[in-house]
Amino acid sequence: MSAVTDTAFEPALSVKDLTTVFETPGGPVTAVDAVSFDVMPGEVLGLVGESGSGKSVTLRSLMRLVHAPGKVAGTVLWQGRDLLSMRERELRRVRGGKIAIIFQEPTTALNPVLTVRVQIEENLRAHTSLDGRQRRARAIELLDLVGIPAAERRLGDFPHQFSGGMKQRVMIAIALASNPRLLLADEPTTALDVTIQDQILKLILDLRDEFSMSVVFVTHDLGVVAQTCDRMAVMYAGRIVESGSVTEVFSEPHHPYTRGLLGSVPRGGAERTLLTSIEGTPPSLAAIPAGCAFHPRCDFAVERCIERRPALEAIAPGRMVACFRQADVAAEAAAT
Amino acid sequence: MTAISPAAQPRRRRIRVARLPLTFVLGGLILGISLILAVFPSIFAPYDPIAMDYNAILAPPSLSHFFGTDSFGRDVFARVIHAYTVDMQIAIFATTGPLIVGVIVGALVGYAGGLTETLFGRVVDAVISFPFLVLVIAIVAVLGPGLTNMYIAVGVIDWVFYGRLVAGEVKVQKRLDYADAGRAMGYTPARIIFRHLLPNAITPAIVYWMTDMALAILLGSSLGYLGLGAQPPAAEWGVQIADGKNFMSTAWWISVFPGVAIVVTGLGFSLFGDGLAELLRTKR
Amino acid sequence: MALLSFIARRLLQLIPTLAFILVVIFVLVRLLPGDPASAILGDRARDADVVRINAELGLDQPLPVQFLVFVKNIATGDFGNSIHLKVSVASLIADRLPVTLMLTIMAALIALVLSVPLAFVAATRRGRLADNAIRGSFQVGLSMPVFYVGLILLTVFGAQLHWFPVGGFGNGFFDQLYHLFLPALTLALSLAAILMRNLRAAIIGVVDAEYVDFARAKGLRSRVIMTRHVLRNALISTINLFGLQVGTLLGGAVITETVFAIPGAGRLMIESIYGRDYPVVQGLTLALAVVVSLTFLLTDILQAWLDPRVAQ
Repeated sequence: MSAVTDTAFEPALSVKDLTTVFETPGGPVTAVDAVSFDVMPGEVLGLVGESGSGKSVTLRSLMRLVHAPGKVAGTVLWQGRDLLSMRERELRRVRGGKIAIIFQEPTTALNPVLTVRVQIEENLRAHTSLDGRQRRARAIELLDLVGIPAAERRLGDFPHQFSGGMKQRVMIAIALASNPRLLLADEPTTALDVTIQDQILKLILDLRDEFSMSVVFVTHDLGVVAQTCDRMAVMYAGRIVESGSVTEVFSEPHHPYTRGLLGSVPRGGAERTLLTSIEGTPPSLAAIPAGCAFHPRCDFAVERCIERRPALEAIAPGRMVACFRQADVAAEAAAT
Repeated sequence: MTAISPAAQPRRRRIRVARLPLTFVLGGLILGISLILAVFPSIFAPYDPIAMDYNAILAPPSLSHFFGTDSFGRDVFARVIHAYTVDMQIAIFATTGPLIVGVIVGALVGYAGGLTETLFGRVVDAVISFPFLVLVIAIVAVLGPGLTNMYIAVGVIDWVFYGRLVAGEVKVQKRLDYADAGRAMGYTPARIIFRHLLPNAITPAIVYWMTDMALAILLGSSLGYLGLGAQPPAAEWGVQIADGKNFMSTAWWISVFPGVAIVVTGLGFSLFGDGLAELLRTKR
Repeated sequence: MALLSFIARRLLQLIPTLAFILVVIFVLVRLLPGDPASAILGDRARDADVVRINAELGLDQPLPVQFLVFVKNIATGDFGNSIHLKVSVASLIADRLPVTLMLTIMAALIALVLSVPLAFVAATRRGRLADNAIRGSFQVGLSMPVFYVGLILLTVFGAQLHWFPVGGFGNGFFDQLYHLFLPALTLALSLAAILMRNLRAAIIGVVDAEYVDFARAKGLRSRVIMTRHVLRNALISTINLFGLQVGTLLGGAVITETVFAIPGAGRLMIESIYGRDYPVVQGLTLALAVVVSLTFLLTDILQAWLDPRVAQ
């Protein structure tokens, strides 16, 4: 771990003003709005929010995987170089080699007509100089590593021959094939049964320790965040509204939205609840309310919140929040 | 003229009907004009389509004969216009029967499922194993050349394609909740099939109908060309193309213009079908 | 292995299909009006001769017996003799069918060569000029009757420019390929249009699939992504469509052979129909139907090989 401590104060990934806009016939839709965050080496960062909050688009934008008509702006610095302005050839070296991504639904993310072996080995072929025999050995090793029994025998199987949890393991094995330094995980456990969820989470954390990777974990599940993340950033309507270490945010939320989210999680227990305890529904990204986007659902809203949008400001070292009344929110949270 | 006017006009109309798919408008326009020509050919044709003029044999296109004349001195333009009557009739007559039969059979098969469906599947397999054209040619040849026999020959086979489409769609619809609701309300199967399932399941068949009409024109003119469809001296595009095939190098206009009419009309049907599919898709 | 058992199952399915084809042909030839005896003897045949010919052809037997004889004969490769050409139908088929197969295989290859790259260009430049131009011209191609295309190609490239022969079949393999190029191109155009349309839609459906994003996220070259991940998946439905189009292709071959005066099964078919040469019509129809069934089988196997889920 000494290599990590040397660079511990240099973020592995530094995102600044990431903005993703989709040009639609009904006008531009801003799915990600000036999002900034850092990921430290070896750190697990949770990006939390309801569906439609822009967290998955954020993840895809980092890797330039947004489909037309989406346009991404801002900077994504990886080892001092901007992924967003990088040439396609250089980006190819980073994708899969340095930064890997896993998706929510392994059934759609794995190519149905290629064997697992092909799908692992094509990653190795792109990023390593292993020869055929070594690639095969490495593929077996990877399947073994993610806990697939009889790895050697299953190498020639197609995705549909695996169960849901096993498919997710396969996807992780493919993503990790070339020892990436950063893993972007887009709700990797949402499609799975609860017992399998825990296994997959544990697997990702184990692998994080083993390879000292950083992880960005996108989820709507605060239980998952509590269980796995070091730091967290809460997203609402395409913006980060609060961030900080998981302990701090959980013990003292400063944003009413975060507070509402936490209210839906039974304290102390690992049980998870969907984020439904807040009144109202999240806004459509095509019609985000003026001022603070959360004001229509907010118990703390005052006139100011309707007129102006609060900026994301530091309230303590490593703690940021975007709320005019954050002090009142924190005070009330402490009182109850 | 038939080739030019449909392309030039929609520009003005596009603004007013901006919400309809362009293909739908364009195809509809071509078909509308084709139907008018088919019903009232005499208004537009300057000559009698079978009147021979031995003073004007193989005359090239000119102001008095827009599309020139053929080897009998007949006006090619007048013949192309009059052929709309025959070819549009082929499009409609050859396909409507199969559409109706196919939709009914398909709906019943799709609803019944099980053995009925398996049997129907074998029938479909066997029918599509025959080259359609070869089978039609064989039937027509034995029944005797002519349009009526062609309709019979097409009818024997073509319904299967509609049946397959509708059966597949009804099968999907049957699994949806509202069909169960219908059963729970104690409706008769006939009512469920024809009042509830079919209206939702018929879209692909209607869209295919448009393609099928274009195919029918291709088939009809092919038979005309082979001498098995419409009989000379009747004006029919395939017959006209056959009339001119030996003069392609010297009097290309005899065959080329009827061919253009086939292409434009076929284009009208397929554009309209594409537009219709788009329209029905967005409506759902 | 899954694929092998799939092939075995698919071969078994061929049996009822073939049986059905036999029944259809038998019924068709027997039930339709028109009398082979008078076709052979002409209109002024004496009744006694008609009876004799009917007995020779086995037409005086009850229908079920006739059917059994019919099946037995076919099983032993005996398709009877041509009424007009006085040779066995089997030898006629062996003589003429390869020409038609050569023509259709060439046409299929040309159609693939035309449609795959164009579908790619159209799909990846969706909605732009190239896409609209390609789609427009193929829409026109789809509306063109085979005999018309053939006539125009024949006139322009054969009679006028003398680049290609104006019909016939030629001697020797390469000369035959040369003779068949224009007819094959004629046949290929509408098939290419149909395949192009389907493949374009399939590629568009696949390009946005998450597994393509995942492949991109692995840092693969776009050529690899396009061939291994996009094209391979998109081709699955197109191959199925291709199988379904083989019947149409053979039908088109009948007309093309007539236009280009190619001595293939199609032209023989038309001539035999005009001449009411029933044994030949029957044998050829059967042969063509078998070719189509076998092509279905091939495309199904190809599909199962490309998509392992099919074989399950």
